Amino acid sequence: MPKQIHLAAHFPGVNNTTVWSDPAAGSHIAFESFRHFAQTAERAKFDFLFLAEGLRLREQGGKIYDLDVVGRPDNVSILMAMAAVTERIGLAGTVNSTFNEPLDVARKLASLDHLSGGRAAWNVVTSWDEFTGENFRRGGYLPKDKRYLRAQEFLATAKTLWDAWDVDEVVADAASGRYLRHGDAGRFEVHSDQFDISGRFATPRSPQGHPVIIQAGDSEEGREFAAASADAIFTRHAELEAGKEFYADVKARLAKFGRRHEDLKILPAATFVLGDTEEEAAENARQVQYQQVGPQTAIAFAEQIWNRDLSDVDPDGPVPSFDPKTSDDVDSGAHISKGRASVRMYKDPVAIAHEWRELGEREGLSLREVVIRKNGRHTFVGTPQRVADTIDEFVQSDASDGFVLVPHVTPGGLDVFADQVVPLLQEKGSFRTEYEGTTLREHLGLKPSPTTVGPAEARA
Amino acid sequence: MTFHLAVALDGTGWHPASWREPGARADELLTAGFWVDQVREAEAGLADLVTFEDAFALPGSERPDRVQGRVDAVLTALRVGPVTSHIGLVPTVIATHTEPFHVSTQIATLDWVTSGRAGQRIKVSSDPAEYALFGRREPEDRESLFGEAADHVEVQRRLWDSWEDDAEIRDAATGRFIDREKLHYIDFEGTHFSVRGPSITPRPPQGQPVVTALAHVDTAYRLAARGADVVFVTPDGTGRDGPTGDAASILAEVRAAEGATDRTTPLHVFGDLLVFLDDTADAARERLRRLDAVDGTELRSDARILAGTAADVADVLASWQDAGLTGARLRPAVAAHDLPRITRELVPELQRRGLHRTAYHADTLRGLLGLEHPADRYATA
Repeated sequence: MPKQIHLAAHFPGVNNTTVWSDPAAGSHIAFESFRHFAQTAERAKFDFLFLAEGLRLREQGGKIYDLDVVGRPDNVSILMAMAAVTERIGLAGTVNSTFNEPLDVARKLASLDHLSGGRAAWNVVTSWDEFTGENFRRGGYLPKDKRYLRAQEFLATAKTLWDAWDVDEVVADAASGRYLRHGDAGRFEVHSDQFDISGRFATPRSPQGHPVIIQAGDSEEGREFAAASADAIFTRHAELEAGKEFYADVKARLAKFGRRHEDLKILPAATFVLGDTEEEAAENARQVQYQQVGPQTAIAFAEQIWNRDLSDVDPDGPVPSFDPKTSDDVDSGAHISKGRASVRMYKDPVAIAHEWRELGEREGLSLREVVIRKNGRHTFVGTPQRVADTIDEFVQSDASDGFVLVPHVTPGGLDVFADQVVPLLQEKGSFRTEYEGTTLREHLGLKPSPTTVGPAEARA
Repeated sequence: MTFHLAVALDGTGWHPASWREPGARADELLTAGFWVDQVREAEAGLADLVTFEDAFALPGSERPDRVQGRVDAVLTALRVGPVTSHIGLVPTVIATHTEPFHVSTQIATLDWVTSGRAGQRIKVSSDPAEYALFGRREPEDRESLFGEAADHVEVQRRLWDSWEDDAEIRDAATGRFIDREKLHYIDFEGTHFSVRGPSITPRPPQGQPVVTALAHVDTAYRLAARGADVVFVTPDGTGRDGPTGDAASILAEVRAAEGATDRTTPLHVFGDLLVFLDDTADAARERLRRLDAVDGTELRSDARILAGTAADVADVLASWQDAGLTGARLRPAVAAHDLPRITRELVPELQRRGLHRTAYHADTLRGLLGLEHPADRYATA
């Protein structure tokens, strides 16, 4: 049997990948959209659904950014509701370790796991900015070196809480009158740099023990964190050679943490555009790119690099001839764009501006066309057969263990992939035709979470 | 005039030995099916709403012969939402240890999922064990905790209004998804937190999901008067400070607390009652005695305990209505026994007396409670 592909469906998010102007685009907040999306992904036997989190609306130039979809539900809450209209598919959400407390998050995720019958997953992220902190008790201040420390301690603490209950602690035997094996079940204590907590965790061990842990991030710190403690890693490496390199690097780190090759799944994010012929797919892809980068969005993207108001620049004219303003560090809070993680990756805006200008001059492209070329690329474009072949090749050649697919239309954007590509992957024998297990850990081929010797055992 | 009916869900029931009764399903307490079935039963009885209890800490008694362990109440309501259709879902929220921003979007999401059936019961935490679980503050006096809870509700309410109902415009010509003039910073500054806004979640279908609180003393009546739509009170019950008084005297205290605020819509005042329902009052009392013997202690409750027939309970509710209360919240002693008795015996009795609806005539919880869709505080038009 060929290596098995793992697929996740990312509910279209609040960035320009999502085309809200498409005639088929529906509500981003009505539950019916979430039901449709979840049921499509489950019909196609996807491993899990994924929703990012929102803690503050993005701003540009001191105003709320209005060109993309704005507004979304609380992600763990909507995942819980989606559990009511599905039976097997996993439910993954991003939950921040900076603006939450471990007791609350561990309890929410254990509850999601209980009430979904073992389908919960948590993408652990850290936040950096005071901008987001303005909505929360703790405010924004957390020095950069403490962010990863807090994330690591946060996750370790959550695991301590989940392990505070033994698997067989709840007896519920009415005849003997024994509900618990130990009257003080759930006892724990954590004393670390970031947390000093103790008591009894109120939620007994959930079906998966530990919900599936996901980590995103390509940095050295991120790779180590994932290799040490995650079950899956989200990446941006959806190109074959870069993917192989990343895959080999991360998998090679597992051994030193006593983990097996298959204990960490590597899942790049990917988009797709299909057509009945290669030509039709290419034309569809071009149209989607123009929808994703309208004239106003092209200007907004340029402003994120130039770090200044470009409202008087013509998007259909050339790339601006002047250089970006580089005096404001992204972390300083003075940058024109706020609440947008991607801006942090523009490490050398002047070089990017030069690159854009050179591309525009060389190929006679307008600013908007350059933005499309730089930001609007789709991962998979082609006939269903071509896309299925490409995905399978990726996985079989160890460039990934599967993909997190992001459709560009809500809620029906996944339907065509479910109907046309999934059957071809199933024909190859590299994607399931039925769910074999009931928990997300089983779908992903992960070991059950370790049952450490809990405090109750230690006492006995 | 309508008299409203709420059911308070708490695991297998409000008697600590309820889990050992036939049909209790104590081994399913952490599963979705257990909660869905209970809420559907209450919905079959045309109740206005169900509440879900919650706490971060486990009971200090550490008794292995009692139920310990729970799942999050807000998530339980979210799991039940898509598979129920009319009943209001009111999970407990603990203001002291949660972020008002997170709670606001969670409740707004519940409202979106249920097309307008969301509420919450706001609660403060004074149990030192709960503070140790979070490790970031020391217990404060009651006045301060209630003040913080009132601020928590105020932040949630501002965040719900921070998007006007028609903020989403999808204007292809200008490329704008929203009209950002219809989104508003809330700029709340308080002693325990400051919140900038706007919400990440569009204004929920009800505009303002329903806020409730359980109150036994004047401090709590003032919190309810400041921020709630419904207050649960305990006529002829026992608060931490002693007897709570009868329905009329409590109502007078609540209305006095309201008088000190600028609210224009009167609070709903629901009386809480813990019920054992049987064919005869003797049978009900005998069941209470038997369960007390099983548990080894006498049942104690802040709410009045009534062991009797459906007619006995209906008599109490009728007297509460006469005293001016607008509804009752019933706490079934044994969910497997007393909840079906409420829906199948008490409800028909109340209907005969004109004290309960015979069908749902509204699609939202505010609608069931006779509350208008509120204007947005930030809207200028």
